[in-house]
Amino acid sequence: MYRILLCAMALSMASAAKAQDTRGELEQLRQRVDELEKRAAAKPATNAFNPDISLILQGTAARSSHNPDDYQITGFAPAGAEIAPARRGFSLGESELFVTSNIDPYFRGQLVASFTPEDTLEVEEAFFQTLALGRGFTVKGGRFLSSIGYQNQIHQHAWDFQDAPLAYKAFLGGRLDDDAVQAKWLAPTELLLELGAEVGRGRAFPASDANRNGAGLWTLFGHVGGDVRDSGAWRAGASYVRASPRERGLGDVGETFSGRSALWILDAVYKWAPAGNASVTNLKLQAEYFRRTESGELALDTRRGDYSSRQSGWYGQAVYQFMPAWRVGYRYDRLGYGTASAAGFTQADLPVLLGAHNPTRNTVMLDWSPTEFSRIRLQLARDNSRAGVADNQMLVQYIFSLGAHGAHTF
Amino acid sequence: MRTLLASLCLVALPAHASLNVLTCEPEWEALVKEIGGDKVRVTSATTALQDPHRIEARPSLIARARSADLMVCTGAQLEIGWAPLLQSQSGNAKIQPGQAGYFEAASVVSLLERPTSVDRAQGDVHPAGNPHLHLDPRNIERVAAALIERMGSLDARERPNYEARGKAFLGRWQEARARWEKAAAPLKGMGVVVYHKNLTYLFSWLGMREVGTLEPKPGLPPSTAHLTGLLDQLKREPAKAVVRAAYNEPRAAEWLAERAQIPVVVLAFTVGGTDQAKDLFTLYDDSLARLLALTK
Repeated sequence: MYRILLCAMALSMASAAKAQDTRGELEQLRQRVDELEKRAAAKPATNAFNPDISLILQGTAARSSHNPDDYQITGFAPAGAEIAPARRGFSLGESELFVTSNIDPYFRGQLVASFTPEDTLEVEEAFFQTLALGRGFTVKGGRFLSSIGYQNQIHQHAWDFQDAPLAYKAFLGGRLDDDAVQAKWLAPTELLLELGAEVGRGRAFPASDANRNGAGLWTLFGHVGGDVRDSGAWRAGASYVRASPRERGLGDVGETFSGRSALWILDAVYKWAPAGNASVTNLKLQAEYFRRTESGELALDTRRGDYSSRQSGWYGQAVYQFMPAWRVGYRYDRLGYGTASAAGFTQADLPVLLGAHNPTRNTVMLDWSPTEFSRIRLQLARDNSRAGVADNQMLVQYIFSLGAHGAHTF
Repeated sequence: MRTLLASLCLVALPAHASLNVLTCEPEWEALVKEIGGDKVRVTSATTALQDPHRIEARPSLIARARSADLMVCTGAQLEIGWAPLLQSQSGNAKIQPGQAGYFEAASVVSLLERPTSVDRAQGDVHPAGNPHLHLDPRNIERVAAALIERMGSLDARERPNYEARGKAFLGRWQEARARWEKAAAPLKGMGVVVYHKNLTYLFSWLGMREVGTLEPKPGLPPSTAHLTGLLDQLKREPAKAVVRAAYNEPRAAEWLAERAQIPVVVLAFTVGGTDQAKDLFTLYDDSLARLLALTK
């Protein structure tokens, strides 16, 4: 009896000692895990000091009932390849390389290089921006997409349609992308209130690169914006662009324009999603109105004459995501020829510029974006840009984004 | 029109508040309120019904970032699609990355699920680890301790106040944690299906198991093929419920729950996600109550 009891006692003592051992081991292990975790957390990511790099791949397969090479917007300038619809058949779009990073606590920098399907390399954006001025001020310098209007500073791959609105093509040659300096101020208000100005070289339409000291183009812009409860957000703005082109080619029959060009833009955008959660359904409404006056001198060969015009245009579009990954969109474009006169010239001399015509276009699209990094789009348009011609266009477009997760503006 | 003018004229900082804070998510808004009380003015950029991954840098947020003294975000790339824009567009030097006015909760927490390799073919993975860290109460303690320090260093005058309030909060929090851990004992080992990997910290704290996710890959919407596969898997390895956050869309969870004949549990996920989750304490109370209802 005693022997059994002694045995049991010895056994229980042994197992207690063992349990203590295990507990000690566990404690040691836990400490080691904690240390490892701390070390792992402290280890910086390997590319911590490298800029964010992302690459956009794009391409289209397109058909149109009229040759895109002859494209023009009757009554307006410019014309040519920059504003033409997608090329027929299979074609590569622009591949865009984004490199962006904070430079130091005071500046950030960004480069957007575009590899064109014609095997050329274009600098779309290359700018620095201040981070530390405070009080709502930022200054930007270099080449950048101007902050005028709404769509102007959105990169092409983030557009809701493959091509630019007609008004952008007619009044800005697609978009305003100048070598310039921008100063912007944000008011300390609940509602967004932003005012800014840009002074630039005026390297392209609506200005003309005129080797001179000083500025060839300047802009003023202001935006206000806010929320409508939790589900809606809006922004509206007004912008002014002033350019003094000299011998700006109009791409019609070789005439050039020298004088003053003033453009007003009103823009508004409204976005809605149930309770502000855009993952299942959401709606985006967007419209912009353009009004331009130009006055100066028109020259063709040896002939010269006073030219003045007052023209306008607008577009409105709606894009609705009806289920995750799928969106439909409709856009209506209209340009108003208004008045244009060129002393000493007739419509026969300048068929595009003086072709009194109000261009319109209807566009619909359907796109599928399985993730935020890929998108495939079908787009159909009936384009009455050319007087007396209805061009039916159809295209399929892909947009893929590789690398760092880009942040998109509102 | 008058309200428009009024809000234009309204300077964002009321006279009595000394620190103006913008948080990226409602849980940090609630935490800043606990520490700062009426000495801070705090708003959250998102609500509990919004997916923090998919927010746009909309005008109102840029305007709020303009006047913030402190921006409190989760970090670990959760807000990568929008917070960097708020910083660069705000014209506010204080809240830039690396400045004292920018605080990331992930910087003081060791994250779970750190991927050993990163490839977009795996879906929207976060290289630094799973960023949804606020549903482990021990992480709230770590973040609170660091935030008390940060708020005190930005606003020296109110430092004693933040420290006193913060200490009192941590005391109450630790008591509550002991209570939750005791009450949640029956949840240990319970297997559930989740929508997105946004409840990982909660389950790891409670010892629960994630049997599967409705998303085929992180950030991709549920597909019929994947849900059917999941249903087959549930036949072999049953789960107690399908659990989703209030901001996740309901249809996929309902589809699976109906066929697998298990209930759907909707968790607030963060403050404001359900009527009951009014602050951090009630967020945990409510979440545990909803999970514990499964054991009855």
